[in-house]
Amino acid sequence: MIGVLRKLGRWGLRSFERLGRGHIFFLHVLTGTPALLPRYRLVVAQMWAIGVLSLLIIIVSGTFVGMVLGLQGYNTLVDFGAEESLGVVVAKSLTRELGPVIAALLFAGRAGSALTAEIGLMKATEQLDGMEMMAVDPLRRVVAPRFLAGMLSMPLLAAIFTAVGVVGGYFVGVGLLGVDDGAFWSQMQAKVELRDDIINGVLIKSLVFGVVVTWIAVFEGYDAVPTSEGVSAATTRTVVNSSLAVLALDFVLTALMFNQ
Amino acid sequence: MSTKGLEIGVGIFVALGLAALLMLAMKVSNLAESTGEHGYEIKARFDNIGGLKVRSPVTMAGVRIGRVSAIAFDGETYEAVVSMSIRPEYDRLPLDTSASIFTAGLLGEQYIGLEAGGEDRYLGDQDEIKLTQSAVVLEQVIGQFLYNRASEGGGG
Repeated sequence: MIGVLRKLGRWGLRSFERLGRGHIFFLHVLTGTPALLPRYRLVVAQMWAIGVLSLLIIIVSGTFVGMVLGLQGYNTLVDFGAEESLGVVVAKSLTRELGPVIAALLFAGRAGSALTAEIGLMKATEQLDGMEMMAVDPLRRVVAPRFLAGMLSMPLLAAIFTAVGVVGGYFVGVGLLGVDDGAFWSQMQAKVELRDDIINGVLIKSLVFGVVVTWIAVFEGYDAVPTSEGVSAATTRTVVNSSLAVLALDFVLTALMFNQ
Repeated sequence: MSTKGLEIGVGIFVALGLAALLMLAMKVSNLAESTGEHGYEIKARFDNIGGLKVRSPVTMAGVRIGRVSAIAFDGETYEAVVSMSIRPEYDRLPLDTSASIFTAGLLGEQYIGLEAGGEDRYLGDQDEIKLTQSAVVLEQVIGQFLYNRASEGGGG
């Protein structure tokens, strides 16, 4: 009985310790980011690894999500005789919710896990320690470029996802299901707001998600137990924790932004 | 990965992302409408505004010429005071323009429809529309219908 309580207490204290470590880590990474301005090549190289290589999954998923939205939206709207509003349904769902959230989840799964594994492996093979011995701060050399690259790539990926999704919805709605081309775009343009939907939804949400997902990914890698099991556990934790964080933050942001 | 190819790749990626954002801003949103919304304000008082909201459209002859900018309540006359922002290019609304609240389509988004009168002097900034017609409240219409039927049945 006492043993269970002790374990619970130990687990709680360890969680708080981890939380604190994560935030101190975040602060160090943020302070190391301005030093990257003259060394942008590091950031560019990471944007290739994180952003460009995620393009395939983002574009394909975006197209399919848009197409499914077009199909399901049509099936529901046709009962009310409102199928001309399909453009509004597809665009609003994508820009407000599905675009940033699904792009963030895919990003966490693909780029987040890669980041964690890479940094975790660097820790396990003592490369980070070697850098410290050479008086090179691994936070500035290794972690900060990846963090900045992730933060910059996420809004771009979310925008691409949303745009491709709208086009996918267009192809299914207008091409396959016979919704009127003019009505699709004109109703969408009348109802979708630049500030409320696109800037709030696609830009701000994806920026927040980018910071959180990349932060979790980089921290888990940096904090991993330096064994192969440890790296694998860290990668799993990254995907799970960043997905949960994205969904929870999405609710908070939606409540803040879209409350009447 | 050669540095030059890498940089070209990242450049294309960033360009794609910005192009997607631009496409969203231009083609998907109502950017064209939302810029240049600085117009002049006119007010109107209604007994019942129904479901009218701020940013509801203000139309004349079916064309949107402005938006509702504010809705207030007058505690003395118990009326709703609706402020509308009209686009500056539509500055020749006669003084006796009438404002009515209509419902657009089945899903009920309400808007203000203006009808021109015959005066040759025009509304300016902060002027008030005198002739107004409130929103149709379904319960009142039904109540009136039943009352009419009842009085017909009783009298006839």
